[in-house]
Amino acid sequence: MELLSGADMLIRSLQDEGIEYIYGYPGGAALHIYDALFRQDKVKHILVRHEQAAVHMADGYARATGKPGTVLVTSGPGATNTITGIATAFMDSIPMVVLCGQVASTLIGEDAFQETDMIGVSRPVVKHNLSVRHPEEIPEVIRKAYYIAATGRPGPVVVDIPKDMTTPNERYEYSYPKKVKLRSYNPAVRGHAGQIKKAVDMLMAAKRPVIYAGGGVILGKASSQLTELTRTLGFPITNTLMGIGCYPATDKQHLGWLGMHGTYEANMAMHHSDLILCVGARFDDRVTNATEKFCPGARIIHIDIDPASISKTIDADVPIVGPVDAVLKEMLSLVKESRDKPDAEALASWWKQIEEWRAFHGMRYETSPDVIKPQEVVEMLWKLTNGDAFVTTDVGQHQMFAAQYYKFDKPNRWINSGGLGTMGFGLPAAMGIKLTHPEDEVLCFTGEGSIQMNIQELSTCKQYDLPVKIINLNNQALGMVKQWQDMNYESRHSQSYMESLPDFIKLAEAYGHVGVRIDRKEDLEPKLKEVLAMKDKLVFVDIYVDRFEHVYPMQVARGSMKDMWLSKTERV
Amino acid sequence: MRRIISVLLENEPGALSRVVGLFSQRNYNIETLTVAPTEDETLSRLTVTTTGSDKVIEQITKQLNKLIEVVKLVDLTEGAHIERELMLVKLKATGSQRAEIKRTVDIFRGQIVDVTSSVYTVQLAGDSEKLDGFIQAVGTSGVLEVVRTGVSGIARGEKVLSL
Repeated sequence: MELLSGADMLIRSLQDEGIEYIYGYPGGAALHIYDALFRQDKVKHILVRHEQAAVHMADGYARATGKPGTVLVTSGPGATNTITGIATAFMDSIPMVVLCGQVASTLIGEDAFQETDMIGVSRPVVKHNLSVRHPEEIPEVIRKAYYIAATGRPGPVVVDIPKDMTTPNERYEYSYPKKVKLRSYNPAVRGHAGQIKKAVDMLMAAKRPVIYAGGGVILGKASSQLTELTRTLGFPITNTLMGIGCYPATDKQHLGWLGMHGTYEANMAMHHSDLILCVGARFDDRVTNATEKFCPGARIIHIDIDPASISKTIDADVPIVGPVDAVLKEMLSLVKESRDKPDAEALASWWKQIEEWRAFHGMRYETSPDVIKPQEVVEMLWKLTNGDAFVTTDVGQHQMFAAQYYKFDKPNRWINSGGLGTMGFGLPAAMGIKLTHPEDEVLCFTGEGSIQMNIQELSTCKQYDLPVKIINLNNQALGMVKQWQDMNYESRHSQSYMESLPDFIKLAEAYGHVGVRIDRKEDLEPKLKEVLAMKDKLVFVDIYVDRFEHVYPMQVARGSMKDMWLSKTERV
Repeated sequence: MRRIISVLLENEPGALSRVVGLFSQRNYNIETLTVAPTEDETLSRLTVTTTGSDKVIEQITKQLNKLIEVVKLVDLTEGAHIERELMLVKLKATGSQRAEIKRTVDIFRGQIVDVTSSVYTVQLAGDSEKLDGFIQAVGTSGVLEVVRTGVSGIARGEKVLSL
């Protein structure tokens, strides 16, 4: 058998795991590993400018491809800088392995230079974390890390590697385990047949059903099963922010997304439904609004791979624990075999009601002859990219506008930090996608607040030639904070105003990219077309949009799902 | 409602802190916690008593089950079970108190395990209520020091928590 050092075993394990890219930043405790990386060319390393960005890059890659991302950083500050990125991935259940250098095991606990208890610091925001206690364990630890990260409900796994585990001159026999066996970790592989049967009976009897789908459908690669089931049943479907793309947004059965800034028709349909089929979603507070007022007449079927997601906030009448693709497949075959059919008459009158809500059109904005509306920028880019771009966002108003006005017909194309709401996510996530999808259009919708939280990555984009398009919806304020201050604090704009913004055009140019400023409405379309025509250039598009725009609909705080503001003056 | 949750845990460094961390992260109560290796040295058995509504308890057991190192768990309060806690108490014991304390210890079926001219150290095992009852019976004024192990529990009958 081959003899390898710990560092070489680590890199070899990554090769054997099929890892193409790792994103990271070197430092003392990781130097043996970086040296091993240098002596091979199968695993490519992308050098970021801040460790948080490495994690978001890995995250963007994972969301777009469905494969786990990989990060490599050093101990201490290198490791702690990854925490926001790890928490982001944890909240959205993104598979990822974060490899952290650590001071030598003999120094642990002595407050050594660049020592941080990364196992302890990361514990609340990881699916699991592992430390290497002997170099020989490395292949098994790495195999375990990827297995845990990618199976069941996915999530980030941290591996802490003390420097003396990777010493170059200590060599051990290397073999990469084919299988992992963990007696205490056995994610469900199928749903309970009896529960699925019960659920199908309820679907057939429903008068006012709604399908409510979440990010679990995308993570579970179950979009096609969901689409087929929805079409077979003829039910209306809505999805969460994380579930965008799990069902084609331009299809007539799709009601748009639901929740705090969801569509009028989706929130109304949920509130008035008698049966909710929840697929891979978790009744998050940004969806349910006040839980005690949530959908009073609805019975609930809840499919999720994670039993802890079921009946956490809203009690399920029929819980089904299992992978969404397998459960939906089984459901679909039962629906097809069943002698019962969905109640056509009830469904027709339910659709009539829904069409009335849809005609009322809650998702609207007023255009202006001279001011550019953020919504119209999104709509225009949706048309100009044929609805086929990968879209990442940061967090705030621009994120909601992008989610509302870019219609996604495919999964894995809408990439945002839905759970943690991390500003600074968009650019690095876009980079992670562009790297592996060079032929696809990758747009990063952002705002002048968020983009400055990881703007240093423009330098990484130059180094690796990542021509993403940054669409900065510049309203010269922290728009969402300002909106809440307008609505709840009598417009006292405490710290939500950004004075002394940089000249983003010059900034982009300083990093070797192209900057385009759009501040006249008539320039919007021609300039955006020019931007999109620059295929091989990163373009920073700084668009001056209406400073006073709010995101609507917006659910009324502590209300039910149907209580919404539809504009600054209309409340339903 | 008070519950006793018994957990088989991988006997590995860091496993206990994950369990304890979970309780604080998710705002659950821990009233008592005991942990020790079992006859299988790869496993620890951990017993935690907690309070909460049925919904909270359901979440606690589900969240515990999600921890990779948790191999198996049972809510002992769901069935007939035996619970025991061990207490060591140092009591002021002079003059007529000595005989009175001895009688009380006998009534509670405890043992005096250490004696000085002015102090008795009493060992007492039982469920938590019995231990509370003993302290009440001897009166807190005479109590110099109390140490309790926290609750351990096991199901009655043939039910076992094992692999």
